[in-house]
Amino acid sequence: MTSMQLAGGSRAGAPSLPPADMADLVKRVADTQDRGAFRTLYASYGPRVKALMLRQGADAATAEEIAQETLLAVWRKAGLYVVERGSATSWIFTIARNLRIDRLRREVPWQEYIAEEHDEASDAPLPDDTVAARQIAERMRSVLDALPPDQVEVVTLAYVDGLSHSQIAARLQLPLGTVKSRMRLAYQKIRSCFEDHA
Amino acid sequence: MTISFHPDPATLMSFAAGTLGEALSAVIAAHADVCPACARDIRRLDVVGAVLMERLAPQPLAAGEPDPARPSASSTRRRSGEAAGGGTLIERILAGPIEARSWKPIAPGVRTSRIALSDGAKGDLRLLRAAAGTTIPEHGHGGAELTLVLHGAFRDATGHYRPGDVADLDANVEHTPLVDADGECICLIASEAPARFKGLVSRLLAPIVGV
Repeated sequence: MTSMQLAGGSRAGAPSLPPADMADLVKRVADTQDRGAFRTLYASYGPRVKALMLRQGADAATAEEIAQETLLAVWRKAGLYVVERGSATSWIFTIARNLRIDRLRREVPWQEYIAEEHDEASDAPLPDDTVAARQIAERMRSVLDALPPDQVEVVTLAYVDGLSHSQIAARLQLPLGTVKSRMRLAYQKIRSCFEDHA
Repeated sequence: MTISFHPDPATLMSFAAGTLGEALSAVIAAHADVCPACARDIRRLDVVGAVLMERLAPQPLAAGEPDPARPSASSTRRRSGEAAGGGTLIERILAGPIEARSWKPIAPGVRTSRIALSDGAKGDLRLLRAAAGTTIPEHGHGGAELTLVLHGAFRDATGHYRPGDVADLDANVEHTPLVDADGECICLIASEAPARFKGLVSRLLAPIVGV
């Protein structure tokens, strides 16, 4: 099970992505304003950012806009990306997350996202960065796969559905303390991904 | 700076997920700015979001990639985290030095200064400045509360909090911090519930004037 995950096992329907090194693409954007690298980054990350925003309640137009804004920010800030601090995917996730927060601050009404049939999870990892970042991402996938369902649930509701502790508690009809303790337990295991990478 | 008290990992996870809310997030960001351990934990927790984002079924984009050479409205608008200018994070959150702020007394020796949030933001963010040896009375709760010590120190039943330390309290934790005798204490306090200090003055004065 674990070895399959580490070997990059993927479910049916997983999209194929260019076997490019994402961190290298960011570097090419930074160094030479490489439009081709930018196009590849956009094709790789744009649809993922859009998917995340849809899950978090954005309408299609807003989700698309945030995907575009995220990649434009990648273009502008490529020179600030430091590979030692994490994978390109993590960096781009944080940009998208911050743009979403920024958007919410401007009071755009977001709707509750209803998961649709086609919205099936993909296991296809993006080709990622350095060996260390790749190992960490692989371990993270294994750790997340191995979490008990009740912990996966709260982690997913936070990161993917964009819910606060109290919103998760309300959604699951659980005491707030239970939500937090499940997150703490998940966090303990997540930390183990980094034990060799202090 | 030796930091002894850190935010609850569940709070850090919410921060990384982007769901903590503006006021609480400001305190976490200010803490992480001076706490390398929590900054590292947050970067680690960002990886969770990256992996989960990667796993979502990609949604086809309606448009091709934008032209990065053409300045768009969004790229010229200044964003949080992208703000120009130097200073510490706390100075940027406060939009200026602490000394330049106006303070409102709420009790003998205790003043607060509210920090503006975005129009739509829930919650409350403020500085609390308490004179040496004062007690900060129990205040109303309605949700999570984070207190970051910026200057001085206080003590309560859970420990002795010094600059950089964060008290991450559940809604139902009662605490009556006592400021150290050797100097004033300035804290950045965020709460999930709006107008957390509403009614504090009357509660404070209640035993005195019998309101």
